[in-house]
Amino acid sequence: MSKLLVEERQIVIPGMELAEGMDYLPGEDVFRDGDKLISTKIGIASLSGRVVKVVPLAGNYLPNREDVIIGKVVSVGLSGWRVDIGWAFEANLNLKDASSDFIERGADLSKYFDTGDYVLSQITNVAGSKIVDLTMKGPGLKKLSPGRIIKVSSPKVPRIIGKQGSMISLIKEYTNCKILVGQNGLVWLSGENVNDELLAVNAIKKVEDESHIQGLTDKIKEFLEKSKSGK
Amino acid sequence: MANDKRPSGRKVDELRPMEAKVGVVKRANGSAMFKIGDTVAIAAVYGPRELYPAFLQSASQGVLRCEYNMMAFSGSGDRVRPGGNRRAKEISLVTEKALMPVLDLSAFPNTVVDVYIELIQTDAGTRCAGITAAAMALADAGIPMKDLISSVSVGKAGENLIVDLDYLEDSAKPGVDIPMAMSTRTGQITLLQMDGELTKEELKKALELGKKACMKIKEVQTKALLEKFNGGKK
Repeated sequence: MSKLLVEERQIVIPGMELAEGMDYLPGEDVFRDGDKLISTKIGIASLSGRVVKVVPLAGNYLPNREDVIIGKVVSVGLSGWRVDIGWAFEANLNLKDASSDFIERGADLSKYFDTGDYVLSQITNVAGSKIVDLTMKGPGLKKLSPGRIIKVSSPKVPRIIGKQGSMISLIKEYTNCKILVGQNGLVWLSGENVNDELLAVNAIKKVEDESHIQGLTDKIKEFLEKSKSGK
Repeated sequence: MANDKRPSGRKVDELRPMEAKVGVVKRANGSAMFKIGDTVAIAAVYGPRELYPAFLQSASQGVLRCEYNMMAFSGSGDRVRPGGNRRAKEISLVTEKALMPVLDLSAFPNTVVDVYIELIQTDAGTRCAGITAAAMALADAGIPMKDLISSVSVGKAGENLIVDLDYLEDSAKPGVDIPMAMSTRTGQITLLQMDGELTKEELKKALELGKKACMKIKEVQTKALLEKFNGGKK
């Protein structure tokens, strides 16, 4: 007899038994030991069909192909840039992936992206852990104009964006800020005045802190309305 | 079994009061505090991050690097030279070996996961408190683990086998002190050291006692982790 030992959406910790029996299959961050399925991370248990997986609540960013991320340019080389994406190793942005302009040999690359610039970029390739390649060619990918950068925990990014972007569009609507969220947990935002920006920052921090709560969108809406009218 | 009360008034298989908190070092990737009696350990985890010197890197999996340190003011009041010493180096090594069997660092080749353990107050059982805190901190940092590690010391005082020695019992002569760590889910023992002499039967009994104590410690660890991630609710 196979049975589930935890409820769906229950918070689990490493080593916790999630299910018993061969009818359930291990998904992400779950492994099989004998006839038991065991969690390897702190997270929320989730069942889709026969697959039991854990949606992690903690952890560093792990680069994946096709992730859109926000990175900081840390050095300018002869044929490209090195970008800090919040992973143990810096990512490469090659010249040919950076711009569709014709760039003359020996040109000063800092005219395009200089050290300290933030870019919205996409990962094209992950080989082992040391090699991560980026591209700037794609819809919306660009060098970011002046704004605020805040850091959130990368497993919380899906909550900050919400289902079909519901959470982030709610925050945008109430604060009139432009907001971009990178998969690596960096958030860029820029608004018309400081108060709007701070409200957006507070809202995003609130989502991060309370990401395990159900019905969070309504709660954030209430928070935004209250802060708006209190001004 | 003429006198089975201990100096602290505890029963032979009674642990000192425990307290645990996760997320005590805000800027670390993961952190935890574990307090057992008057022994207080804080562990902070950083990484996975790039490992230097590069010759220590492993292309097949990440490396775990632990650093155990007893603070200069933590113990008896004697002057302690700050910084590393032979004892700290040994304990750092056994801590690594105690934690590594449950960690899966294969997703992070060429990187290091740094675990810093500081003992801010000591009353024996420091390596065990350190390992217990480190296990929680690693879970908090989101490092894939097959189980938590719980750790306790067992030993002998007079004729009695006892659990969780304090400094008075640890330093009594002839005393026996056995720090042990285990994965309570599988029963796998990942740390076993012994200071003193025991018969085979006594050792078996002592390990049984230790196993039960580890179960109790695991409950405290589990509660602390759930508390942080569940907003205080069970």
